[in-house]
Amino acid sequence: MLEAIEGSQAIARSVAMCRPQVIAAYPITPQTHIVESLAQLIANGLLDAQYISVESEFSAASVVMGAAASGSRSYTASASQGIMLMTEVLYNTAGLRIPTVMTVANRAVSAPLSIWNDHQDSMSVRDAGWIQLYCASNQEAVDTTIQAFLIAEATELPVMVCVDGYTLTHTLEPVDLPSQKVVDTFLPPYRFRRSLNPRQPLTMGTLVSPDFFTEARYTHHIAFEKARTLITDTDLRWASLTGRTCGGLLESTGNPDASIGILVMGSVFGTLSDALKDHPERDRIRLIKLRSFRPFPREELRREVNNLKILIVLDRSLSPGYGGIAGGEVRSALYREQQDLRIINAVVGLGGRDLPMTLLDDLLALCANQDAPDFLFADLVPQRIAVETPSETPVGPPSSEA
Amino acid sequence: MVEIRIHGRGGQGNVSAAYLLALAAFENGFHGQAFPSFGAERRGAPMSAFVRIHETPFARHCQVRSPRFLIVQDDSLLSLPETSDGLDPTGTILVNSRKSVSDLNARLQAAGLVLPDTVGVQVINASDIAVAVLGKPIPNTVLLAAFLSLTKILPIPSLEQVLSKRFTGTTLEANLEMVRRGVSDINAKRERSPSHA
Repeated sequence: MLEAIEGSQAIARSVAMCRPQVIAAYPITPQTHIVESLAQLIANGLLDAQYISVESEFSAASVVMGAAASGSRSYTASASQGIMLMTEVLYNTAGLRIPTVMTVANRAVSAPLSIWNDHQDSMSVRDAGWIQLYCASNQEAVDTTIQAFLIAEATELPVMVCVDGYTLTHTLEPVDLPSQKVVDTFLPPYRFRRSLNPRQPLTMGTLVSPDFFTEARYTHHIAFEKARTLITDTDLRWASLTGRTCGGLLESTGNPDASIGILVMGSVFGTLSDALKDHPERDRIRLIKLRSFRPFPREELRREVNNLKILIVLDRSLSPGYGGIAGGEVRSALYREQQDLRIINAVVGLGGRDLPMTLLDDLLALCANQDAPDFLFADLVPQRIAVETPSETPVGPPSSEA
Repeated sequence: MVEIRIHGRGGQGNVSAAYLLALAAFENGFHGQAFPSFGAERRGAPMSAFVRIHETPFARHCQVRSPRFLIVQDDSLLSLPETSDGLDPTGTILVNSRKSVSDLNARLQAAGLVLPDTVGVQVINASDIAVAVLGKPIPNTVLLAAFLSLTKILPIPSLEQVLSKRFTGTTLEANLEMVRRGVSDINAKRERSPSHA
């Protein structure tokens, strides 16, 4: 049913409809209304789950890992420094192939201290071995959250549902929340075939010698290859029940014969879609939404950029000393594919900088500029770069003599 | 598309005001969107919130840069250039203030800010009404009622409807009374000094 609802509340409601049995969260900044709302649903008797309020994100991740390993459907949510603190456990959860779902309400990582939206947090753990799906709207956040439990449990890979912090989590807008019946039809009860059980003891997380470590990592990698089909099929199955798709691994809008492609992740897709609608140059432009960052859809991307002359890759994160993170991956996936395709990697919207509709014009200007660099900070304001005035008297180390 | 920006200080119910407007729009069959632009979340710190209302669904998630309407919950924020930045030259500002429109204009001029003559400025003493009715200086409900009465973008009953879903008992009664007071107060003011709202 269509409801005007805040993103976080909508995500909480969709998590609750997936009937999680254990939810663990650290309730202090950085956190969203998602876990607060879930705690309330449990306290009001509307959700039968155990809510474990822990002392840190490290523990939150550990609790949901342990709960899923012992046969309970589990969930947590966090962002920015919270994800950093979870990092060690995120690798463990994925390496042990334990299916759980986490919402990342994407935010910048300190320093400089920021509470606002970009993708640095989830990008920083891109190699942890979790599936990463990015949402363009609160509707996609709801639909992807429900799909994520199915994907995680079928692949035995944990899933991060990446939702732009504030831009989506704190935005109230109409969202079609599915009925409990639809979710129950779509998502069977949780069954983990390696579930910890004292009557059938097994060991998890044992020491793996050099004889088997590579093979364990290989198996983990191959699971992602299989996940590609599953992510697409799950989205199609969801569409057959609800009439809505989130775009599988990757989708595009605009003219299929366009010469300019703009690849984005997250909510800026909606903003640029609106900007494209009445734009005089809309026939020249195709907008590509990368939904699945892990697994990375190499083949789909190669097909998508066919006929393009220029591809702009927008990045909401940065690898200092290298460039944009998505930009580097796209360039690598397309290496030797299309020799005449010019790729421009533009970092934008860091630390909550607003991405306005006029961004489309700025990107088109970039395409028209033959001297535009391969990599740039497209919304940099040069006047705001801090300039230090050299001190007249050099300051040395503190002297022991007065 | 109608775009509204709300300026206030943390604790004045800015986000709630934005959400209530979007909810009221949704009740009327429109696509309503509302979101805050947080600074660090402190009471008293300046903050803004955004509302978009349109007949059909839209997908943008950027901030409102060129609003048609401004709702200012604290008149001291008028002296900040960012408050009126980007306002439609034929737009309207509704200010919560004990001061008169001419006093506020003088304050704007003192801050070096000059609004086009075509911008309509309206004032309502929403904080005092809120203190009298609710017992707390939370001006948002009075301001929203005055705003809808002034601009006619949504009918007043849709605001009452969303308040009825949010509050119960004496709090709801107080909110509905603030709606009545907001409407009658702004209408009385308009009769005294017709302006281009």
